[in-house]
Amino acid sequence: MTNTPLSHIRNFSIVAHIDHGKSTLADRLIQMTGSLADREMKDQILDSMDIERERGITIKAQTVRLEYDARNGEHYVLNLIDTPGHVDFAYEVSRSLSACEGSLLVVDASQGVEAQTLANVYQAIDNDHEIVTVLNKVDLPAADTERVKEQIEEVIGLDASDAIPISAKTGVGIDDVLEAIVTRLPAPEGGDREAPLKALLVDSWYDAYLGVIVLVRVIDGKLKKGQTIRMMGTDAKYPVDRVGVMTPKMVMVDELGPGEIGFITASIKEVADTRVGDTITEDKRQTTSPLPGFKPAQPVVFCGLFPVDAADFEDLRAAMGKLRLNDASFSFEMETSAALGFGFRCGFLGLLHLEIIQERLEREFNLDLIATAPSVVYRMNLTSGDQVELHNPADMPDIVRIDTIEEPWIKATILTPDDYLGPILKLCQDRRGIQTDLSYVGKRAMVTYELPLNEVVFDFYDRLKSITKGYASFDYQIIGYREGDLVKMSVLVNEEPVDALSMLVHRQAAEKRGRAMCEKLKELIPRHMFKIPIQAAIGGKVVARETISAMRKDVTAKCYGGDVTRKRKLLEKQKEGKKRMRQFGKVEIPQEAFIQALKMSD
Amino acid sequence: MITPLDRTPGFGIYLHWPFCAAKCPYCDFNSHVRHQPVDQERFAAAFERELATMRARTGPRTVTSIFLGGGTPSLMEPRTVEALLDAVASNWSVPDGIEVTLEANPSSVEADRFRGYRAAGVNRVSLGVQALNDRDLKFLGRLHNVEEALKAIGLARETFPRLSFDLIYARPGQSEEAWAEELRQAIGHAADHLSLYQLTIEEGTRFQLLHAAGKLDMPDGDHAARLYEITQEVTAAHGLPAYEISNHARPGAESRHNLVYWRYGEYVGVGPGAHGRFIENGRRHVTFTEKMPETWLERVETKGHGVIGGEVLTHDEEADEFLLMGLRLVEGIDLPRYEALSGRALSNSRIAVLQEEGLVEPIGNTRLRATPQGMIVLDAVVADLARE
Repeated sequence: MTNTPLSHIRNFSIVAHIDHGKSTLADRLIQMTGSLADREMKDQILDSMDIERERGITIKAQTVRLEYDARNGEHYVLNLIDTPGHVDFAYEVSRSLSACEGSLLVVDASQGVEAQTLANVYQAIDNDHEIVTVLNKVDLPAADTERVKEQIEEVIGLDASDAIPISAKTGVGIDDVLEAIVTRLPAPEGGDREAPLKALLVDSWYDAYLGVIVLVRVIDGKLKKGQTIRMMGTDAKYPVDRVGVMTPKMVMVDELGPGEIGFITASIKEVADTRVGDTITEDKRQTTSPLPGFKPAQPVVFCGLFPVDAADFEDLRAAMGKLRLNDASFSFEMETSAALGFGFRCGFLGLLHLEIIQERLEREFNLDLIATAPSVVYRMNLTSGDQVELHNPADMPDIVRIDTIEEPWIKATILTPDDYLGPILKLCQDRRGIQTDLSYVGKRAMVTYELPLNEVVFDFYDRLKSITKGYASFDYQIIGYREGDLVKMSVLVNEEPVDALSMLVHRQAAEKRGRAMCEKLKELIPRHMFKIPIQAAIGGKVVARETISAMRKDVTAKCYGGDVTRKRKLLEKQKEGKKRMRQFGKVEIPQEAFIQALKMSD
Repeated sequence: MITPLDRTPGFGIYLHWPFCAAKCPYCDFNSHVRHQPVDQERFAAAFERELATMRARTGPRTVTSIFLGGGTPSLMEPRTVEALLDAVASNWSVPDGIEVTLEANPSSVEADRFRGYRAAGVNRVSLGVQALNDRDLKFLGRLHNVEEALKAIGLARETFPRLSFDLIYARPGQSEEAWAEELRQAIGHAADHLSLYQLTIEEGTRFQLLHAAGKLDMPDGDHAARLYEITQEVTAAHGLPAYEISNHARPGAESRHNLVYWRYGEYVGVGPGAHGRFIENGRRHVTFTEKMPETWLERVETKGHGVIGGEVLTHDEEADEFLLMGLRLVEGIDLPRYEALSGRALSNSRIAVLQEEGLVEPIGNTRLRATPQGMIVLDAVVADLARE
């Protein structure tokens, strides 16, 4: 099953905007080629995590080998690498794309081109992919294939005349897609079966039974069981225990030849021991031309994660360790907060990545967490001439030691029905955005802005969704660091600073943000027996202030013998509730208040 | 004046008569309306049996007060009351002259029975007057009018050595002036004790339904607080200062029975839906009985008691209850007793913070009480102090 000639192998991925039907199409392809028995089919097979299936997103790249008998009567092996669609995982997308020669571009025939469509298809084009355009959901009444084709040509610049109309849901057109993969996508190039082994490390993940599983794409030579391989980047060698392919079940094979995609296990202990993009070769006969490799993904968004119950701290540490086994792009280190106790400062590829990690920790490990406001990585140019990176506003050096502060900027692409353009422009403008492009395709507008990332991590996406009723799509990439007039805003409750609520903000936005935070806290902190001032301050200067007035009356009017049990139970509940409060001087702040105050949306 | 010697928490007997002529819309007590005459003899016999069963659990004790509550105990025939009081006396030692209170409605029918109650041994009545204007009496679902109430007060003053009556304030739409005036009027009719309760919305009442539907315009926190403060001022000025959150008395005329609850003494609860707390085998036990009168009756007749639940309180629970009840009293709590119950002292730093805010104050070295400002937010003060 692995001696497939290069000419009969096609390696491809699917790029699409979220919800445009990528995973459903993958399911259909698997079903049509009979890779799984019907009883094994469940929706969105390749999204194996619950969270992926629920949110309709792909987080980890997955691969499946399809056996296809083409209309010309010949047998082909089609390797599909399903890639994450979201910008946070652009890094995973790019390395997956580099293992393929072509892509299916899936566009929803009623929705048209969206921001992620663009970002992902450009990445595929950058990887020299041949693109087959597929218009999905043509069975929907709102489908308008002609308009969408026009849009693809105008916005992306791809010839859409031979786009394949399909319905992944009903199965219409799937056979045409399979046929187009064979006829329109190129076979892998070169590939010398006798040359020294050269394979690309596409991805790796941890499996509780098999240990680290490494996904590979063979370029030259053969990868066999028992072979001793060498990772050229990490310079480590391992004997290969197993060689196999995913159908998507794991099926063991004898060897993988040029052009093929499969997996190996080799007694590798941790995912961190494997470097994605690394070149795998044979130890005793090494290739002389290793692959260029990838730059490792850098976290761009940081936040503190704290257990609601301090007793869960060790469990949280263990859970994070486990998640990191499979996700080297997620980083964490211990942090202590007066407000929230012991927790971890964590780094993420983006906001979605943050949300997903948090959700997985809560769901898969049954932990209750508080996340502090997300922050970006600032560069502090100190008067001493040193530059330090700041991951946590609470660690900001003394203001007199800081010469300038730089913050990361992004290029944001937003596609929207033109009705919403006005509010979007205002939103971007309010967030210190610089417009770099604005164009129309029919009734849709595409606008690009340069924006400071710290303005985006603070509820930008939620605002965008709400002002456009969810019709706009948004994507971004980091474009570098720029100097900014940034200040640290502290929040004081009853004159006590609350470290978890401090943040770096642009000077001009400080007052507004401070006011919003004070107003929110006024709602969230219950009345006490005395009045409580809430202040937002920059340095020593108070920029916003609210007061929680003292509670006026809180006493049970009638309390006799029979009532005591009920009153005691009530008191016990109150005491239990107080355990979930954090003490700041005399003030008790419910953890719920932190959670709400720190929510990105308002 | 209550001398320190009088501060012994006491041992009270509570008897619950669960029937009412009508259900009041604010009341969440265990009360039932029956359209057929209640077989009082049969119920009295059941009370006697349950009392005997309780006696077996408490052992021989000296009773410090008896309270006939409800429901509406004044729906009992005097001879039923007599039977119940006799039953108490046949089980425990009941010294002459201890406080024996009966709750009564101020309707003319019930007032006719006052002499009979007095003869049976009742020496104090607590009248559910609730308001001194007919419109509000109607709103509160009461069956009497102001005229009847005043007559009943007059008759009760003639008949019984001691008298208290209840008013409910902070009614929808009640202004500060109107309440102050009504209260002054009430004090004019009062003997030595008044219970003045703020109207609160209790679960399972008709008022709760109305409130949930937005049809009750209850005073807000500030207004309710003002009304409370006025209550304190007016009663104090007329010689009936508060000795508990909602209870006012001429010094020395405090309800001995209710002090049993607030001083965290022991009490036996008999009758449908009655609660008790007494020491048995060295530990404080909780008892509560079946609430449905007829079901309670059958249980007592077959088993000798209607107790359907209870528990032995842990020391922490006892300490919580002691705090909950004791801080309601102007006399405050005895700190060594708290330590003896819970095995630990109240947090000095919390007391200090509350004291700094003017919410609690020490009395000498061993007592702590809520200040008038503390009383008005007492639930929060207790929650703060009760924490481990």
